[in-house]
Amino acid sequence: MKNRLKVLRAERDWTQAKLAEELDVSRQTINAIETGKFEPHLPLAFKVARLFDVLIEDVFQDEVNS
Amino acid sequence: MKKTNTETKTNKAYSKGRVSEAKVVYWGLAWVLATAGAAFGPELLWGYGTLMTSVAVATQLALGFGMIWAFKGVLLAMDDLQRLIQLEAISLALGVGIVVGISYELLEDVKLITFEPEISHLIILIGLTYLFGLFLGNRHYR
Repeated sequence: MKNRLKVLRAERDWTQAKLAEELDVSRQTINAIETGKFEPHLPLAFKVARLFDVLIEDVFQDEVNS
Repeated sequence: MKKTNTETKTNKAYSKGRVSEAKVVYWGLAWVLATAGAAFGPELLWGYGTLMTSVAVATQLALGFGMIWAFKGVLLAMDDLQRLIQLEAISLALGVGIVVGISYELLEDVKLITFEPEISHLIILIGLTYLFGLFLGNRHYR
């Protein structure tokens, strides 16, 4: 699964630590999602979409369909 | 200096995790003390009285379950990735513990070792494997 978390974060000029604070997770989690090592569960994925005010599929894309 | 909303939120999450961890430490210390009481009390304190020994063992068991319950609180306070790292480390420790534990026990049965296998050796192995698993997980997901 691909994601645009790093792009969305960069658009707001946020650090990983700042995004981690906003999502109430560790900075390690943000880094692991951005590097594709970890795929978040649905509640966190929805939280990300809500935070950036976008659809969940605007953040996370299934590589099979892309 | 006035705290921002973000700082307050982070401190709340941080505090929640710290409180859960502190609970495990307190339950763990109580369990260690109760284990020492159940192990040495019968000989040193109450001369193998059945009632006192039963109470000591029951207390030790109850505190042990309390410690497990407190650890569950720590897991629930973690985020998804931290919980995954814990799951992988605990799975590794359990697997190694079972496989090596059975082989270790077998060694005495087939006369490859002359001493009786100790449960404490197994607990040390499980503990070290768990720590190694945490190290591997944190390194992989850093």
